[in-house]
Amino acid sequence: MGDLLAQAWIVARKDLVLEFRTRTALLSAVVFTALVLTVFNFGRDPTAVATIDLAPSILWVTFTFAAMLALNRAFQLELENGALEGLLVSPLSRVSLYWGKGVANLAFVAVVEAVGLPLFVLFFDVPVGSMLLPLIGVIALATVGFVAVGTLFSAMVIRTRFAELMLPVLLLPFLIPPLVGAVQVTARLLASRPLSESVGYLKLLAAYDIVFVSLASVLFRFTVDE
Amino acid sequence: MLQAEGLRHTFGRVVALDGVSFSLRPGQTLAVFGPNGAGKTTLLKVLAGLIRPQAGAAHVSGGRRAIGWIGHQSSLYGHLSVRENLDFWAALYGVPAARRGPRAAEVLGRLGMTDRAEQPVWSLSRGLVQRAAIAKALIHDPSVLLLDEPFTGLDLAAAAELRALLGELRGEGRVLVLATHNVDEGVELATDVAFQRRGRFVHCAPRGARDAAQIVEAYRRAVTDG
Amino acid sequence: MSLAQRGRRITLVGLVLLAGVYVRALAYTPMERFQGPAQKIFYLHVPAAWSAMLAMGLVGLSSVLYLLLRDARFDRFAAASAEVGTTFSLVMLTTGPIWAKPIWGTWWTWDARLTLTLFLFFLFLGYLLLRSAVAEPGLRARYSAVLGICGLVLLPFIHLSVYLFRTLHPQPIVLKPSSPSLPGDMLITLLLSFAVFTVLYVGFVTQRYALSLEREAQGSGDVGRA
Repeated sequence: MGDLLAQAWIVARKDLVLEFRTRTALLSAVVFTALVLTVFNFGRDPTAVATIDLAPSILWVTFTFAAMLALNRAFQLELENGALEGLLVSPLSRVSLYWGKGVANLAFVAVVEAVGLPLFVLFFDVPVGSMLLPLIGVIALATVGFVAVGTLFSAMVIRTRFAELMLPVLLLPFLIPPLVGAVQVTARLLASRPLSESVGYLKLLAAYDIVFVSLASVLFRFTVDE
Repeated sequence: MLQAEGLRHTFGRVVALDGVSFSLRPGQTLAVFGPNGAGKTTLLKVLAGLIRPQAGAAHVSGGRRAIGWIGHQSSLYGHLSVRENLDFWAALYGVPAARRGPRAAEVLGRLGMTDRAEQPVWSLSRGLVQRAAIAKALIHDPSVLLLDEPFTGLDLAAAAELRALLGELRGEGRVLVLATHNVDEGVELATDVAFQRRGRFVHCAPRGARDAAQIVEAYRRAVTDG
Repeated sequence: MSLAQRGRRITLVGLVLLAGVYVRALAYTPMERFQGPAQKIFYLHVPAAWSAMLAMGLVGLSSVLYLLLRDARFDRFAAASAEVGTTFSLVMLTTGPIWAKPIWGTWWTWDARLTLTLFLFFLFLGYLLLRSAVAEPGLRARYSAVLGICGLVLLPFIHLSVYLFRTLHPQPIVLKPSSPSLPGDMLITLLLSFAVFTVLYVGFVTQRYALSLEREAQGSGDVGRA
């Protein structure tokens, strides 16, 4: 187990170094997120619907797009000089490769969300207040779900035609359960409802994460090995 | 050391391997000659464990850790320096942390790349990238080296250097399997010679006393016969 | 009798039985007190949704078996089942609104059954799109299997999401949910309908499977759907 984690970390660290060294993808994703939030502002009529009713949906649609962007590039990195082949020839366990990639993706999306959340609060004048920590918790839970399935699928789509189009088409149905949970809990948090009201959805998020991280860990090797 | 037994593999309707068997001891170098599409790359991939053959089995004593792979692409990360690449791959192959630095220095010295160690791989010429790829393949001191068309794109001087290096490595008791469509390149290094055509070894024997010209002639006959 | 002929026979029997069930539902089953004739769609919709679920379940099961045993027959079966499932889902999704509009004044509702079927439809569609985007049969089979298993595991989460969503956002009940206390005649009609749809499923899948075999034998360029 320790070995698996150590190897996963080696992969993750390499990805993070590369990502922060080139920075282009990260900056593009951050700018994209800001733009999406801006678009949402112009897409609503503040006199007709209270912002607070739309806010959770706006936040989560934005985060979903951001996650998509992150996941699209996840394995592109490994195609560059045939690095994936090198990884598969090495003693690196496939589970470690999956976790390593997953952690790197998670970090990438986390950075984008860390910029997106304050912008969201700013643009839509959202009263986060004392609910910040629980909110971050929900964001983390849902993001793990997104990344768990997204990392698995992004390994598959690199060898298909129209990879960038294929990923959203395959992935979006799988993002609905964590999305539903995240939006509902966010809505309740922003309305200052006690956490106890969100227990059902939180359980949904946690169960989804556990199930899909496990399933993807097991299935991952079938996407890279012949 | 290295054993292949009845390897069979098809991709859809293309037969890449059709009953290939052989075994190699330390110090042997098998040169596999064959036209493009003969299945040489597939053979190497099966030996490396990248492909699980549909029938038959390949065994390399020591497993993945004992294999150094030099494929069509370098498997190096463009935005990492040569040294960073070596460190990454050494870690994946289980080279202890304390040994990685000295080992990298050794290998870089051997390949005459010490002064290029800190350069990012994207800035290197093709010949240097090839050398860096070899350094990566050697970093973990593999007992088996699998080389897929290693002379592609090298000028005469670089090719001669590579041949000299491979000769040294063979002399150190490693097993080499070299696949190429250019008989002249590999023939000097070989202790054993095989001609592969449409997935089968139409000839596989020790080189014996035959000189390069004789081998080339035998090859030409073997692959042009109906 | 060839597989295709057998398939055709089963389908024919199924269609005849379907007509029979239709007649029984309309003429020989008592009218439901509160919803009147509109309720009778229930006898066709519930089993159609069930068939789509059955199709998905078998895609998932077949996918697991394929990954374990690597027998191409499981892949072929999964693909056939997915196509049949797509058809059943599509039929249900189009007849639902067409029936709903004149009766209840709305084209669409997010009730449990329609929502689940919509998801099934998207999952099937994604599955078929993935297959058409991968040319090499072995890769295609593996990727499809991974997606199929993930899709099956997703279903309970969709169900849970819808359940949570609905219990907290009650919506007008447009289709009487099947309750255990269904009076005798209605229950029999429903069960007959389930049986008929299962027969239809078997018939369609058999035909589609036979078609795959034919196409593969001809070596036709049926790249996406072999």
